[in-house]
Amino acid sequence: MATASKPNLDHPTFAILKEAFPAITLRGTEYRGQSTLIVEPQDLHKVMTFLKNDPRCDYNFLSDVVGIDYLGYPAPTIGRFAVVYNLCSYERDDRFFVKVFLDPSIPTDGIEEDPALYVDSVCDLWPGAEWTEREVFDMYGIRFRNHPDLRRILTWKEFPAHPLRKDYPLRGRGERETYRVIDRTDA
Amino acid sequence: MGIEAAIPAQGFLTTSLQKLINWSRRSALWPMPFATACCGIELMATASSRYDLARFGMERMSFSPRQADVLIVAGRVGIKMMPVLQRIYQQMTEPRWVISMGACASTGGVFDTYATVQGIDQFIPVDVYVPGCPPRPEMLLEGIRAIRRHIDQEGLPPTGGKRVPLSIAIEPTHEVAPQPTIGVTVGAT
Ligand code: SF4
Repeated sequence: MATASKPNLDHPTFAILKEAFPAITLRGTEYRGQSTLIVEPQDLHKVMTFLKNDPRCDYNFLSDVVGIDYLGYPAPTIGRFAVVYNLCSYERDDRFFVKVFLDPSIPTDGIEEDPALYVDSVCDLWPGAEWTEREVFDMYGIRFRNHPDLRRILTWKEFPAHPLRKDYPLRGRGERETYRVIDRTDA
Repeated sequence: MGIEAAIPAQGFLTTSLQKLINWSRRSALWPMPFATACCGIELMATASSRYDLARFGMERMSFSPRQADVLIVAGRVGIKMMPVLQRIYQQMTEPRWVISMGACASTGGVFDTYATVQGIDQFIPVDVYVPGCPPRPEMLLEGIRAIRRHIDQEGLPPTGGKRVPLSIAIEPTHEVAPQPTIGVTVGAT
């Protein structure tokens, strides 16, 4: 940590965004040539729209949407959860990351809907975001506004937790043991 | 189970015919492959020409459980998969056997996580456990031969009542080869 060098914020997209959105908070970071923009959740959708449609950015491909739980992270972070959008421009052969941080407002061990864990869906910009956003919802309980079909995708409907949250035990809370048993007389 | 019912309980003919039935039954055990992970590749290798499952009359992989005798569970099973596995088991007609192939199907293997079933025998009856990660084709063949031996020796399990799974655990059939000693030095000399 002590030897971390200063991030090199010379990705051209940073300057374009700064010029296009003078009024909103934009933060940037960089690691080994990969630049990440950090936006506030309420600004996400308009920034993403710009990144997709502006001819200088032209990020026409969303390769992934992932969630992160920073509970117990050794360095201080802006929020507990993050959603990371992995953007790619085929024409300019360029990758760019956009990140939003979210802080839960209720205890995170259940599956109740948390009004603080909401971000705008980008399905209207990149239809391929549908399943990746469902995965983030399933694993972290982060919900996406205006998502066409926000259901769990990997675990099953009645699953009582969001399993990739760091406060969920690795071996679960008995989900893998409770199921009906059939014997040889069943047919 | 139809033919046995027609046979009278005693008599010379019964034993001979029983032997014939056992022979024909063990010579055409149609497998239902339930290959969910890497063990499935080894199951395919077992069926391919080198190991040739056809020698045992098993080359016909039955992708319909209703026409299968042996369910081979090859790979890890998530709890979300359990309804499917149980449904397949229930659709199989008697006599049926279940082989749990590999560490994952038998115990969960290294996947000690919230979603992976820690041994399918918690939820369905398992007759033969084949160890390995993955088991070599020889080991799977050994497991299949255990079922064949069982059919030869004991015929069918009795009808009615709760049948207990056979619970046969296969022992490795090979000696572990010693590490070859070759004159290699790692690092600077
Ligand atoms: S036992 Fe090993 S080879 Fe078989 S499914 Fe598990 S990890 Fe794969």
